[in-house]
Amino acid sequence: MKLDYHPLGDTGIQLVFGSEITEETNQKIRMFADYLTDHPIDGVVEWVPAYTTLTIYYLPTKLSYGSLRKKLEEISEKQQGREAESASLVYIIPTYYGGEDLPFVAEHNGRTEEEVIESHSGKDYLIYMMGFVPGFPYLGGMPEEIATPRRENPRAAIAPGSVGIAGSQTGIYPLQSPGGWQIIGRTPVKLYDPESESPILLESGHYLRFVSITKEEYKEIEEAIERGEYVVETEEKKVGITS
Amino acid sequence: MPKDLFEVKKPGLLTTIQDDGRTGYQQYGIVAAGAMDSFSMKIANFLVGNSGDEGVLEVTVMGPKFDVLSDAVIAICGGNLSPTVNGKKVAMWKSFEVKEGDKLQFGQPVEGSRAYISVAGGFDVPVVMGSKSTYLKAGIGGFEGRALEKGDVLRRADTMEGKSGRALHYDEIPSYEKEMEIRVVMGPHEQAFTDNALETFLSSAYEVSPKSDRMGYRVTGPQLEHKTSADIISEAIPLGGIQVPANGEPIILMSDRQTTGGYTRIATVIASDIPSLAQAMPGCKIRFKKVSVEEAQEIYERHDRFTRTLEKVSG
Repeated sequence: MKLDYHPLGDTGIQLVFGSEITEETNQKIRMFADYLTDHPIDGVVEWVPAYTTLTIYYLPTKLSYGSLRKKLEEISEKQQGREAESASLVYIIPTYYGGEDLPFVAEHNGRTEEEVIESHSGKDYLIYMMGFVPGFPYLGGMPEEIATPRRENPRAAIAPGSVGIAGSQTGIYPLQSPGGWQIIGRTPVKLYDPESESPILLESGHYLRFVSITKEEYKEIEEAIERGEYVVETEEKKVGITS
Repeated sequence: MPKDLFEVKKPGLLTTIQDDGRTGYQQYGIVAAGAMDSFSMKIANFLVGNSGDEGVLEVTVMGPKFDVLSDAVIAICGGNLSPTVNGKKVAMWKSFEVKEGDKLQFGQPVEGSRAYISVAGGFDVPVVMGSKSTYLKAGIGGFEGRALEKGDVLRRADTMEGKSGRALHYDEIPSYEKEMEIRVVMGPHEQAFTDNALETFLSSAYEVSPKSDRMGYRVTGPQLEHKTSADIISEAIPLGGIQVPANGEPIILMSDRQTTGGYTRIATVIASDIPSLAQAMPGCKIRFKKVSVEEAQEIYERHDRFTRTLEKVSG
């Protein structure tokens, strides 16, 4: 695995793993980030995985660009031909598909609402990266058959937990914000909770699966979350990618 | 027990609590935030005896008016926004005592655009995800996740006395010019620009636009042309990254920038020059100067040695 390295000013370095968005590239980035978690480098402050890059921020007082780059090259060599040490997780996201734009998404694609739900749920979406707002996952893998352009008139406020479609992307709003996505459902699960010890639920490089629930189940889960008795279900997933 | 310190009579244009920013959460999409001018923030803290990264008030252009509710040692550093106590001018870059009943107020901006108020012991606000910094868009941190409003009462942690009369040597006080040279490390998307654009970028004067805020500084000047596209696959964007969208006008990314972005970046401002840039008012002229990573890191080390010496002296 030959990576490209670029300095980002004097406190950042960018590792480029590929030029196209693929699941394989993303898994390599996750493996590299996992390695950094397990083998911390003194002077590295934090890192941000994205579609094709991993950006590492560091303290130049502890590490020069040259010495950090050398360390990263060594890690990259070690990673070669290795399988992921830890399995990916699949976060199970219970979703009540009763969104205001569900009829539009169905009509736009010449399908019934049930078909849209069936197509959207039950499969594993890769969380390519997090960004845009706290806890927002950029998901890959939505079937083209339900792709729908953004709303012509964006809404001023979309409730947290709203599940939407924009073009061939799907995502979940972690906090109330304006937006133009077609809202097809809502999850009671909190993706972002600033008061919590782990404020962000999801992590890039892992997967997410929407599971269709009824309105009653939505209420039950919502109440369980308020009582602090709900734990988001996860499953392990073998990805079988070597770098 | 925390003590009431300031009652806000006028909030000013944008007054928020900031520290060194939120680290470790950018991978989850949480913006770093933090003081725009981290140098002034640190000095303000050292002068009252705090650790450098304690939360301070960041005051923007038109400053606030406070009633002082209890005696305390404070310091004001950064841009000169004409601070007064009971109508009398107070020295900046020097710790001093305010008394219950005093009125602390700011006037006209004279030089620079952001001032920092520290208090011995620090402001009593919760630490959210490891930081006291206010991130306005998500309503995180600082004083109830927002800018100060009239009627708010700020408290200070009653853990230390603080010493008044400590000052930064006048040789070390930065001056904020109307024209400044900002050093950059080129890349990472140099190859996305025409040769002409790269030359123009390094040889022209750019003017800070009024459409500049804590997220980014827009600068106007000769447009920078892309070879083909201004867009990239979204990736992490650093403090000081200079992104150039399709309209060819650079935006320098500052403290409240998003964690990731999808525009090409021609260069990155070196960490040591962010504080002076943070003080630039609209209309300021900027020239970008290319340095190598190695040079930038030497400058960083020098700055760091200086602030660490001050920390020792004050601690």
